This record gives sequence, structure tokens and C-alpha cells, in this order.
Amino acid sequence: MAQRSSSIVGYRRDDAGAPPPYLYPDYKATRLRAPEKPLIILPHTLSEVTGPAYGHAKVGALDHDLTRQFEGEPLGERIIVHGRVLDGDGRPVRNSLVEIWQANAAGRYTHQGDRHPAPLDPNFGGAGRCLTDHEGRYRFITIKPGAYPWGNHYNAWRPAHVHFSLFGPAFATRLITQMYFPGDPLFGQDPIFNSVRDPKARERLISSFDLETTEPEWALAYRFDIVLRGRDATPMENHK
Amino acid sequence: MTPELTPSQTIGPFYHFALPFPGGERLVDPDDPDVVHIAGTVYDGAGEPVADAMVEIWQANRSGRYAHPEDDRDELPLEEGFTGFGRCPTDAEGRYEFVTVKPGAVPGPDGRPQAPHIDVLLFARGLLRQLVTRIYFPDEEAANAADPLIASIEDPDLRSTLIARHIDGALQFDIYLQGENQTAFFDV
Repeated sequence: MAQRSSSIVGYRRDDAGAPPPYLYPDYKATRLRAPEKPLIILPHTLSEVTGPAYGHAKVGALDHDLTRQFEGEPLGERIIVHGRVLDGDGRPVRNSLVEIWQANAAGRYTHQGDRHPAPLDPNFGGAGRCLTDHEGRYRFITIKPGAYPWGNHYNAWRPAHVHFSLFGPAFATRLITQMYFPGDPLFGQDPIFNSVRDPKARERLISSFDLETTEPEWALAYRFDIVLRGRDATPMENHK
Repeated sequence: MTPELTPSQTIGPFYHFALPFPGGERLVDPDDPDVVHIAGTVYDGAGEPVADAMVEIWQANRSGRYAHPEDDRDELPLEEGFTGFGRCPTDAEGRYEFVTVKPGAVPGPDGRPQAPHIDVLLFARGLLRQLVTRIYFPDEEAANAADPLIASIEDPDLRSTLIARHIDGALQFDIYLQGENQTAFFDV
């Protein structure tokens, strides 16, 4: 049996500055959840360079449009959120599942654990998904989420954000992150945003206003490009 | 110029209406002759169950083949309907459970086989990025002893956290985020 394992090409670990630490005491929930023992290096094997490339996706026609999933239209500011998913070498990540979830315009999630006394919107669920196209592009139509309070510290408010979940091509490229909106006055006091210590890396979590994609008389657009890890080297053409 | 990576952020506590999907914890039919139930509880550093975590698994099928284009070992059969992917939120008691099969061995570094294993991702509020661990099987003593990744861990107690335990006909794999029983987590 041919063993291609010896030709496995791993994913780069060149992510210095980008990932937040596990322990970031300003974000209180990390204190009892961050592992204390050092992580053990796992050299990538076939198990890590493969992955659920398509996830569980059977994506429905309206899954990307969070404004059309119920009887009526949700309240709030309709927006387009779009961008490209690229790997660390700038190549498009194609046909890959993107899942999003968010609070409604009033800053309330459709989640029984959310006790913020802001109204739920019967016409807004707040979950969407789509597949990237051949150029790695994705596009959602949604409502701009509201800021909301949380109990982390006195007068703590989360900046408005959309949660993103991405698979990419391999187990090693899995990413869950949050997209923020430009110029949010709440950035300075938010420990989750600031847990990314490198200011330039932090900037990469902020979408940019996109007038070109904004649709006249209809919706503002925000662009959020997402970069997943790249490969150590070009995979071998034929590793049979 | 190569683009720079997008940093991770926590999944937060409110993902349940978006990410879990029907059958997400069920990789095979419960009547499958090779069915294995793998269950466990996630604990925080105070010993409290973590009721808002999400566990994902990725594994090869029973013959050791991954349902992925980069596993082109065509001599091993793919199984229709078996994706190898599972997703399960923890419940109010911090518990998760998967219904699956033991994967076959897959090759590791230098072509040597790895012991049968399941790759695990853990997401939760308070985890700014995911944790990665692996589930190994208690009835694979010889293969576990020869597994290069297990062997790379010097502390035998930490090593033993990776091996599920047989309890009442099921496999139990608890995950401890902190403390002296902390689970071995990997830098992937």
C-alpha cells in the first residue's frame, strides 16, 4: 500500500501576533477555562490536513438572507456583509461553508440564555450560512446588530458584532471569529476585542464600509475578508 | 504580499440557534453493528461543568479512510453517508455524546500507523480560541503504546487523559480545562 503520509504537507504555524491568548484575565471567563499546561505540538498528519470541507452544508436558497427567513421583514438597518475567504497565500478558499450568527438590531439574541431586556424581533432569527464561490466570495444580507451589555465588568458592553464560523480545507484551518463595524466607540473597553494583542491583527477583525457594494435606496454594505492559514509549501502534484 | 491571518474570537454563549444541526452528534445509525457511544463532561478549573461549550469531532471511517479529497487511498472504501464530522453542544450538565464507530488506523509521520483516534475541537465562552485534543481507544493498548503523538508526551498522567475509558458499555472521555487532571491539549 502506498503511504502518502510521508508527503503530507502541513499548515503553517506562522500566526505570531494573531491568535489571542487562552488566558486574558480582563475577560473574566478565561480565568477558569484557559488551560494551564503548555500545549503539545501536534505535527500535522493526514488527520489534520483533511477536514469536514463541506461541513454539514445543505445550504438553502434563503440561508444567506437573514431578512427573509420569516413572515415579515425584521426591524433595523438592512446591511450587506460580504467578502472573500482566502488562505495564507492569497488563494481563494472555494466552496467552503461560512456560518454566521448575531444579535438583532436591539442587541438581543434569539437565545433563552440572553437576559438583556431588549425586544426580540419575531421576524429575525439571526443565523445564516452560505458557501464560498469559485473566487472565495461570500455574501449575506442581514440587519446591523445592536450593542449589548454583559456582566464582565461594570458597564461592560459588547461592540456590535457578527459571529463567523469557517472550516476552510482542513481540520487545521477551522476558525471561529467575530466581525466588528468600523469606528465603534465600544472597542476600547471590550476585553474580547482587545484580547488580540497586536493592534494590526485586531484591525483585521473590523469590517470596512463599502460604498461600491452599497445598493442605492436599499442597503449599506460592509466588507470583511477572512484569511485562513496557508500551507507549508505547495502540495506535491502526485503523491500516489 | 501574503495576506495576514484573521484572529480567532470566542464562540460566546449564544451560538445554539445557529450552529448545532439535527443529527450532528450522530455519525452512524445507532443500530450499526460497530456503533460506539462516546460521551463525556467538560469541566472548568473550579470543577464545574461547562454547560455552554461546543464539541466537534473529525475522524476516519472504520477502514481508516477520511472522506476528504486529500485522502486518496482508494484501496480503502469510503462509506456513503459517513462524513466523519460531528458537532454536539454540551447540555446543562456539561455533557456531550457522539454516536459513531471506531476509526481505522491512519498513517502518521514516516508512514508509521497512528493508533486509531478522533480529532476533537472544543469551543466555549471564555475560550478565545478553540482547544484541540484527541480521543484514543482503551482497547488499543499496543497501538497506543506505539503512537508517535502519545509517545511525545512525557508526563504519563497527561498522556492517559487522551485515552477514553470503558464505562457501562460506552466510552467516556471527560475534558478538564484546568487543574491537575487537565486534559492534554495540542498546538495544531
